[in-house]
Amino acid sequence: MAVKKLNPTTLFAWVILILCAAYLIVPLLTQFDYSLRMRRDVLSFDAYTSVLSTNPDDNGQGIPRFYTSLLFSTLMAFFTILVSILIIVPTAYWVNYRVPKFKPVMDFFTVLPFAIPGIVLTFGYLRTYSAQPFALTNTEVGTAVILIGGYTIGVMPYTYRAVDTGLRAIDVRTLTEAARSLGAGWGDIILRVILPNLRVAVLSASLLTFAIAIGEYTLANFLFPDERAFGSYMAAVGRNRIFEPAALTIISYALVWVCVLVIQRVARGTDQTQAASIR
Amino acid sequence: MQVTLDHPPAPALPIRRVSLAWVGVLPFLLFAFIFLLFPSLTILTNSFRDRQGAFTLDNLSGIFTPSILQSYGVSIQISLVTAILGAGLGALLAWAITIGGLPRAIRGWVITFCSVAANFGGIPLAFAFITLLGRTGALTKFLRDGIGIDLYNNGFSIYTVAGLTLAYLYFQFPLMVLIMVPAFDGLRREWREAAANLGGSTLDFWRHVGIPILLPSFLGSTVLLFGNAFGAFATAEALTGSKVDVITRVISRQIRGDVLYNPGLSYALALGMIVILAISITLYVWLQRRTARWLR
Repeated sequence: MAVKKLNPTTLFAWVILILCAAYLIVPLLTQFDYSLRMRRDVLSFDAYTSVLSTNPDDNGQGIPRFYTSLLFSTLMAFFTILVSILIIVPTAYWVNYRVPKFKPVMDFFTVLPFAIPGIVLTFGYLRTYSAQPFALTNTEVGTAVILIGGYTIGVMPYTYRAVDTGLRAIDVRTLTEAARSLGAGWGDIILRVILPNLRVAVLSASLLTFAIAIGEYTLANFLFPDERAFGSYMAAVGRNRIFEPAALTIISYALVWVCVLVIQRVARGTDQTQAASIR
Repeated sequence: MQVTLDHPPAPALPIRRVSLAWVGVLPFLLFAFIFLLFPSLTILTNSFRDRQGAFTLDNLSGIFTPSILQSYGVSIQISLVTAILGAGLGALLAWAITIGGLPRAIRGWVITFCSVAANFGGIPLAFAFITLLGRTGALTKFLRDGIGIDLYNNGFSIYTVAGLTLAYLYFQFPLMVLIMVPAFDGLRREWREAAANLGGSTLDFWRHVGIPILLPSFLGSTVLLFGNAFGAFATAEALTGSKVDVITRVISRQIRGDVLYNPGLSYALALGMIVILAISITLYVWLQRRTARWLR
């Protein structure tokens, strides 16, 4: 077999690829290496064991904050996903089916979050809802409602687009008319006809929401100054420990990685440009 | 509403159906009002109110003090630089994995890596860059002991604007890749063949066909990257802290209520961010529309 001559264009493509790959991978490799160096002169997983079994501030014997904060953020992510589905799916369906005139309004609302970054959103929420007459931040549930609302807004551009794309791929009108002529109510139509057809969109939007909410710092840190969210916990570890932050980076990178891999597995061939507006 | 006798009112049914149809979007509108519009309106109205609630422009003029202008300036600078570098690098990588002649298998891997990196900002990203380029960072040591370049003796530090720029690029260029891959996919093979058949070189194709078609998409995405960096807070907070006072940090201090706390001014600062981002998003949407004509 003749040796294929590398043309200059392909060579240039390789150079770009290697450069970019290095940018993405080297920081991770050095971080992984560092996370293994807690024990002097030997490679060990001590930093990981430390993360999983101790607290950054060394006080208290209770459950390590790694678990409690991860649980808290998972819970917030879960509710965000739930609220997103409840708000976005029926609305996107209804706009597609009955009020297409409303599409420009939806487009407006789904780019607006890009103009209101996390820190401004936080500021707006606190000034609006922590004061009388709302005083939502006086209770934990009230504060959590704000956090979940903010996350839902933050991921809305992606969620809406994913669901909207999903709806365009199916014949909403025919499905609806068929279901109605068989006597289905609106609840049945959305839950048992539309939603199953949006599995891929909903699942990938949910996983992205999870990946974002888990590591989110800005809203969580200001709404819950007791640092109970995973993002705040990571920041606390960063202030107090040396090797553990490296272990946490690897763990949270792995979490995002798993989410993205599952999204790509389920969403094969669909529009998957994705990024959060809360940063 | 006026109803003249000459024109009998339309039958009741269609009117009711239309109004009922709009009721379906009310829950969404209510949600968007509570969590998006109303807080934004609070910021807008309070930017023009003094402590007694009377109309004032003092809050806005408070923005035009050297330290605050500098913070806006630093934020804009970092956002511009990372948007331009990120867009350039991202577009090149998107080109390389679509029509640049790289093996097909690489494309999937690059997109996966980029999806992760685009969503991997904040605290862990700051940790990774401190380990890489901090004073005792792995790359710092490698460059000093291996190649003889001492970054820190030459004025570099990760805890500076330059450091923050390098860290932001980590999520900026991968986002660009994700946006630009569909655009490169949209460049039809036939167009290149047509250009070649007419005797055009590769350069001719790019100059007269490729770049004009991709330009709106490229510029629009660059604007998006600008906004992406402009609003970033967690990475800056964890990496440079008070050493680089980006505008999001100034607002965060106002939230915490520090010594320089001035409620009116803090509304104006937030409004300033919204205005800058609103302008860039409008630009983005406009450029996207121009793109949509060619792609698909």
